[in-house]
Amino acid sequence: MNKELKLKTLLVQKPLKLDCGKIIQNFPIAYETYGSLNEKKNNAILAFHALTGDQFVTGTNPITKKDGWWSYAVGPNKAIDTNKYFVICSNVIGGCMGSYGPSHQDPDTKKIFGANFPVITINDMVNAQYNLLEHFGIEKLFSVVGGSMGGMQVLQFVSNFPNKAITAVPIACTSSHSAQNIALNELGRQAITADTNWSEGNYNIENKNPNKGLAVARMAAHITYLSKKGLQEKFGRKLQERDDLKFGFDADFQIESYLRYQGSVFVDRFDANSYLYITRAMDYFDLAKRFNNNLSDAFKKTKTKFFIISFTSDWLYPTQENKDIVIALNAIGVDVGFVEIESDKGHDSFLLDVPDFLNTLKNFLNKSYLNN
Amino acid sequence: MKNEFKVIANLIEKDKRVLDVGCGDGTLMKFLKDNKNVDCRGMEISKNKVQKCIEKGLTVIEGNAEKDLIQFPDKSFDYAVLSQTLQAFLDPELVINELLRVGKKAIVTIPNFGYWKVRLHLLTKGTMPITKTLPDEWYNTTNLHMCTIKDFVYFVKSRNFKIFKSLALNDKNVTLINNSNLGFKNLIADLGIFLIEK
Repeated sequence: MNKELKLKTLLVQKPLKLDCGKIIQNFPIAYETYGSLNEKKNNAILAFHALTGDQFVTGTNPITKKDGWWSYAVGPNKAIDTNKYFVICSNVIGGCMGSYGPSHQDPDTKKIFGANFPVITINDMVNAQYNLLEHFGIEKLFSVVGGSMGGMQVLQFVSNFPNKAITAVPIACTSSHSAQNIALNELGRQAITADTNWSEGNYNIENKNPNKGLAVARMAAHITYLSKKGLQEKFGRKLQERDDLKFGFDADFQIESYLRYQGSVFVDRFDANSYLYITRAMDYFDLAKRFNNNLSDAFKKTKTKFFIISFTSDWLYPTQENKDIVIALNAIGVDVGFVEIESDKGHDSFLLDVPDFLNTLKNFLNKSYLNN
Repeated sequence: MKNEFKVIANLIEKDKRVLDVGCGDGTLMKFLKDNKNVDCRGMEISKNKVQKCIEKGLTVIEGNAEKDLIQFPDKSFDYAVLSQTLQAFLDPELVINELLRVGKKAIVTIPNFGYWKVRLHLLTKGTMPITKTLPDEWYNTTNLHMCTIKDFVYFVKSRNFKIFKSLALNDKNVTLINNSNLGFKNLIADLGIFLIEK
């Protein structure tokens, strides 16, 4: 990625044993912070990003020059108010925005990892990010927050560290990737690996880029983030800068042109191998597995107050999957609130300007902070 | 806060765990939380009202009591409260059973269809009664299973549930209901409040 830009990084010296059995150490975690940590150090919120997110939550992303991925929700006087809270977000390991990932050098071979980077899991991501708490001297976070894969990390965080967050807000997520989720991710991975430029993951060494495959992966995934109704309303059968069909395979329809554009801008900011690794981590996510498939047991020791949010038109992580988490928490008497937000913006609702969602999030956090 | 909630709050001791089923905008929960240090959870079907609860800093679960109470373990609350909602369920008996399963005790309030104004309305006008507690027309009311105080008492007894307290509410007036005055209270109260246990 962009080498000139100086990213804030924490070099984790402590060894971390990954779920795959490999041990990593002296690895970087790239992070960003917003707002300021108060004297008591009790106003920190750890935000976890989704599949293609990064540490640049809000403001202008210095790499893409676009708004940060959660600009609607995070900032001064926003739902996650940076006048009040100290927001920390880091790039997940396996990512491509400065944290240890497949585009880094393998310390043993001195070559770029590529597909030789160890397969990582949501658990590994969370354990790696936990080091940030020590780095900032934070005994207990006020909240852990995230949507989609970020929500999975929220669940994993509370399960791993039951006393390290006062509140937790998993949004539009699941405790276990469904067959449909895995299928959709596999589609993306196949698109990448079928691109001859992928070169078994060694495209960096050979100075190539599987842009076509990565763009197709992004296009397919992008469809899953939107709802049928949302797409229909925005695009319908509208034609792209033409009066009639051209009887060819150009982008006749606006939706085609839109998807192509989404694919093309994505390849400029994202690494194909990272896409493989992170989607794999999501597919491996099955929080209850270690607990004999009893999800409640994953949260048995926690005192964290949960607030779970889903969206009516999210078919990727539908309300029922979010509700299953609520049910598991209620079964063991954990303090859990739940709300389904009405929105036709699909899974992406959590990233967009959905006032009901933003108000709900704001109210929950601010009231919990007051009562804290 | 309406008188009904004050009566309900008086039935609940300090520091208890309460589930408010159909908690509306959270008025009762907020009062219990602030004044009695009650650990309160609410369940509410209306998205709008769920938002109101969250604004008050209350723990609320958006859900339908007929389907979603199942997630709570047996006796996980000291009290399960159901205020003026029983008559709106498809299966009120199932909801009562669920309340008495998740709560050690249940507090149920019902708008009394035996109230004299209701009877008079039907008798004199011959149309479906509309009163303060029954404000909607027959075609747009959410009420499916109206009952009287007497009906409810008979139902509870027939299922062998224990009644700890039966109260008749008429405006600001709260009086005890017992076996000997049941017929009379059924006439003069527009609301019945019952503390029951399985």
